[in-house]
Amino acid sequence: MTRGGLWISGLAMAGIAGVYWLALLGTPTERWQGLSQKILYIHAPAAWAALLAFGLVGVASAAYLFLRDIRLDTFAEASAEVGLAFSAIMLTTGPLWGRPVWGSWWEWEPRLTLTLLLVLLFVGYRALRNALDFPEDRARYSAVVGVMALVLVPFVHLSVYLFRTIHPQPVLLKPSAPSMPWEMLRTLLTSIGAFTLLYIGFVTARYGIGRRRQQEAG
Amino acid sequence: MTSFLSAAWGVAAKDIRVELASRTAITTAAAFGVLTLVVLNFARDPTVVSLATIAPGALWVTAAFAGIVALNRSFSMELEQGGLDALLLAPVGRGAIYLGKYLANLAFVVVVDLIVLPVFVLFFNVAPTPALVGILGLLVLAAAGYVAVGTVLAAMTVRTRFAELMLPVLLLVFMVPPMLVGVQATTRLLGGRPMGEIVGWFWFLILYDVVFITLGLMLFPATVDE
Repeated sequence: MTRGGLWISGLAMAGIAGVYWLALLGTPTERWQGLSQKILYIHAPAAWAALLAFGLVGVASAAYLFLRDIRLDTFAEASAEVGLAFSAIMLTTGPLWGRPVWGSWWEWEPRLTLTLLLVLLFVGYRALRNALDFPEDRARYSAVVGVMALVLVPFVHLSVYLFRTIHPQPVLLKPSAPSMPWEMLRTLLTSIGAFTLLYIGFVTARYGIGRRRQQEAG
Repeated sequence: MTSFLSAAWGVAAKDIRVELASRTAITTAAAFGVLTLVVLNFARDPTVVSLATIAPGALWVTAAFAGIVALNRSFSMELEQGGLDALLLAPVGRGAIYLGKYLANLAFVVVVDLIVLPVFVLFFNVAPTPALVGILGLLVLAAAGYVAVGTVLAAMTVRTRFAELMLPVLLLVFMVPPMLVGVQATTRLLGGRPMGEIVGWFWFLILYDVVFITLGLMLFPATVDE
């Protein structure tokens, strides 16, 4: 499991190297934002992977409460940890882009606020896991928090939208056609693919480590 | 249904009797709330920022912190004296235990809010208008939601190391939506805005309450099963 995950991760890393090459050499520079726009090709896919990771923690948590299969908990643990890693990429690349384009490192803007709160919640999730000694308790308690986190998201989303938004509007997932030239879209989609693969690789490897730890503990 | 409610009421009445016997938790949480109001008053430059500007935020931060202090005691008291085991052995459903603990916790938080609100009016020079009734309504509706979350979380964090730290770390994130809404609505109420502008915020809080009380009833059994 762990070995397979590392192979997938290696493949995904090669894909991300390709994304760098494609983004810097094979994609036109955006007219207004200049070179700083290239951060998008890392930032948005990392954010996607982080949200995918946290979402799957919620789904696995709910499934655990019904099925009580410890493997679901091991998966949730792996996904939460990998999600925090991708969040770190998202939260460092975001301000790097925000400074030249917005003129400030940070803005209390809906999507930033939502993702920051999610990250903080999953930091708490990890802290709770670490503070529990018995695997059974840990699995149940963290599943409860995982489900509550999933339910909280729409409320945070709704409440933070009461503030004005200056985040770029969706260019990809929206009712009308993507508002982006094909060369840029190609790079972005390649990157999303590579990051999704990296997520799968990381989670598989981390899941393998979690399972081995359980077997060693008996 | 009646036995469910009477069992829940039994659990709540027990907690309230214990608290009335000592009144330690409520007085401590209220004192903590008043202290927070005092500290927040100094968290500004009085020549630049007026009291009225920070008043809504100060009230809600205070209510949130005092609420956490009040919630922390909910299960620690049970655990210290082995009360939780006795409660779980009693022939009442887990849902009734949750509802009972929830009602008692909500009562504590509302009493603390009732003490904090007049002190807030005094310290922040708020005009005693009917708007205060609306603000109290907001505080109660917000508490009804985050206490539902807090009761589930406290049942778990009490069994962890660093329980007093773990509860706020998890609960504060859940408090953000009701607090954010509360501050916005309070600002408008204190500014004398028409009710039509504010009513939507109340609905948001009611929706939050319904969802998280339902979720609490569903999830609480998983926090006490052995």
